[in-house]
Amino acid sequence: MTEEFAVEMKNITKTFGDIKANDLVNLTVKKGEIHAIVGENGAGKSTLMNILYGMYHPDNGKILINGKEAAINSPADAIKLGIGMVHQHFMLVSTLSVLENIILGDETVKNGMLNLNVSREKIKSILNSFNISIDLNASAGELSVGTQQKIEILKLLYRNAQILILDEPTAVLTPRETAELFKTMTELKNSGRTIILITHKLNEVLSVSDSVTVLRKGKVTGNLKTSETDIKVIARLIVGGELQEESQNNITPGNDTVLEINDLHVKNSRGNETVKGISLNISRGEILGIAGVEGNGQTELVEAVCGMLKPESGEIKINGKLPSHTVTAHIPANRHLHGMVKEYTLSENVLLGRESEEKFSGKFFLNYNSLKDFTNELIAEYDIRPGDSSAVIGGLSGGNQQKLVAAREITKDSPLLIVSHPTRGLDIRAAEFVHNALLNECKNGRAVFLVSSDINELLKLSTRIAVMFNGRLNAVLNSNETSENEIGEYMLGLHINKIDKA
Amino acid sequence: MRLVNICWVCILIKLIKRKILNNISKFTSYIAGPVISIILALVTGGIMIALTGQDPLLVYSIMFADTLGNSYGIGQVLFKATPLIFTGLSIAFAFRAGLFNIGAEGQMTVGAFAAAWAGFTFVNLPWIILIPLSAAAGFAAGALWGGIAGILKAKYGSHEVINTIMLNFIALAITSYLVNNVYLVPATIHTPEISPNAVLLRFDSLTGIFKGSPFNTSFVLAIAACIIVYVLINKTRFGYRIKTYGHSPNAAEYARMKIKKILTSAMVIAGGIAGLAGMNFVNGYKHYFELGFSENAGYVGIAVALIARNNPFAIIIVSIFFGILDYGGLTVNTMVPKEIVTILQGMIILFIISITKISEKFINQRKINRAPAD
Repeated sequence: MTEEFAVEMKNITKTFGDIKANDLVNLTVKKGEIHAIVGENGAGKSTLMNILYGMYHPDNGKILINGKEAAINSPADAIKLGIGMVHQHFMLVSTLSVLENIILGDETVKNGMLNLNVSREKIKSILNSFNISIDLNASAGELSVGTQQKIEILKLLYRNAQILILDEPTAVLTPRETAELFKTMTELKNSGRTIILITHKLNEVLSVSDSVTVLRKGKVTGNLKTSETDIKVIARLIVGGELQEESQNNITPGNDTVLEINDLHVKNSRGNETVKGISLNISRGEILGIAGVEGNGQTELVEAVCGMLKPESGEIKINGKLPSHTVTAHIPANRHLHGMVKEYTLSENVLLGRESEEKFSGKFFLNYNSLKDFTNELIAEYDIRPGDSSAVIGGLSGGNQQKLVAAREITKDSPLLIVSHPTRGLDIRAAEFVHNALLNECKNGRAVFLVSSDINELLKLSTRIAVMFNGRLNAVLNSNETSENEIGEYMLGLHINKIDKA
Repeated sequence: MRLVNICWVCILIKLIKRKILNNISKFTSYIAGPVISIILALVTGGIMIALTGQDPLLVYSIMFADTLGNSYGIGQVLFKATPLIFTGLSIAFAFRAGLFNIGAEGQMTVGAFAAAWAGFTFVNLPWIILIPLSAAAGFAAGALWGGIAGILKAKYGSHEVINTIMLNFIALAITSYLVNNVYLVPATIHTPEISPNAVLLRFDSLTGIFKGSPFNTSFVLAIAACIIVYVLINKTRFGYRIKTYGHSPNAAEYARMKIKKILTSAMVIAGGIAGLAGMNFVNGYKHYFELGFSENAGYVGIAVALIARNNPFAIIIVSIFFGILDYGGLTVNTMVPKEIVTILQGMIILFIISITKISEKFINQRKINRAPAD
């Protein structure tokens, strides 16, 4: 009778020190369904999945796979039982080909030599049955993030995984890649496979999943059929209360121009011109959103406005001055790569890019006392946890790291705030917090330059939305007169040039 | 009332216990690795000594007694440690900026020559000017040598490992040419002697202890260099920028730091520190420059920095330890072949490096198991 369940986890408890990461958690996943697991960072989703995948051992509780009790002590056990997991951070060898990456660790060998043809045929039949197209000879490192993710999924299918765990698969994807992934997921489901999806994005939950389990502080707070619920219900279960939402509608921009860009051309580090003549301006108290599929020049545009890249031609003026002669406040797209130093404490990270300020440093010696006081102020104001200025930032959750980076940049003395993908990978509460902080800055008369691949975020925050396509602005739209669909079409270049006034 | 007291005592004991345990685990992570590896190396080394027909315990006890058992031995050990402090510190400093300075050997060589040159050229200057001048010349020559690699890295991105190795060869060739062709004292293989005013005093003449050992005041300079580097790295804006670039070049670029300046100045300072290492020999011991004076201190310094994990104060301790190995080998020269001692030294280093990694892994693993995942 339990045959209809692919996964049953019963009364799972796992404690780390004093923290109950999972507290009597029950999870049942039907065969052939897409089951979403949602919750804030630290709610216990990853712990639960790591237990299912054999990375952690639960203190208590049992696991049934296809109705039979299973002892999963390592990922190898999990793979034997047909369970596979795609991690948030891919584990590919970038110099090997797609084919080699897929078979890595499970190679077909004949007389001590690799027999690639057998593997190639097997993978081709998988590709055909799920309508996936991919060049097996390309090097994995040269492919887009979306394609790399396909390789990870193919790795699991190659090993005959019947239960696939996807950990925030869309966090790094463009809208188009997300749509493609969902199509593949549906194909997988139709073939009888079971998918467990961990995500922060509730609209994805609604559009793709069959049922949802909500975790909060290590406990299950909801177990719902997707067709019988809506975003508000799920959001309430996740945070245990209502969220305070603000939106841009009640903000009226001023008239003084803060950022002025005229016919800007920028080359990327490889010497290709990726920004091909952009003009726009942003006024005090305005949030201008930049939409676009990643790789259409947004990165270079931002780096030029920040003064990190030198333009080929054209000009950028911030309150009439060149970017390299002004303080720039910039919340970067990739906080791990640019926005912080993970070995540093919170205080030392607050200093990053602000070490020239008189408050923090004399000509030679740093002023640690004033740095510590300032960090503590930020911790209190932005509710950063744990609130210890000497804690190492690498140990904080993604949401808290981002709050610190945002706090550091927002509190800089600069008329313009440059923001890239500010809520990528954040749970809804942290995302909400960052959104409100941005709207608040805008109310205080700051100009905000916002780049995001999340159209809903752009619509919610910006006064105007400029769409970038192939290095140019394809449209500048008033956000209360446009729609997700319209923006999507401009992003893909379906309409060309609808620019009334940039 | 008594019950309350007992409760308090219990809580206190618990707290103290926790504190001690925490400290012990910290302590073990830093000290246990090296101690275990020294014991393991001594045991395997003992077997080898036994194979050569000697009693390992006797050999070890002579080594111990002659290095740490009297003030002459201690003086010899500290004398051997002095250049290693400079070169280890140089390599550690460059490493904080993410740079591998394999060139301490060359920087030390040109520095030693420059220090000697100042000493035998400006013979009429009083010591209060000549000693600082000699040190400045050593620092400047080393800084120039390091700076070349720094500028090449900053301007053209060419790798500092290759460049510093090549510069080592050039340093050796140039000083060899200068000694043999320009400044040679006939019938010797060295330069003229430096002015007595450029000589760094030996501690035995100052205090009477360490009698007969060339242990000299350049040791004080080495300790001062460690303190200065510690302050520079941890308390100053410049040090913060160096560290930031060392941890994450991308973050440094994002923060709009002047990266070329960071790279160049890091190599200039690292080279300068290594340039001072030769003063121990030139100003403190033989009072002239000759080839082969370095005893590979520039390369041994890499091991020193590695084992000391780039901590300036640990570098002092590790250098002294290497001094013990070095001088200890000499004390048993007549009993055990020199090669056996060299093997012993090599093994201790290998054991320390591998066992420290293993114990680190073990401690990290325990941390992972204890910490909650996101």
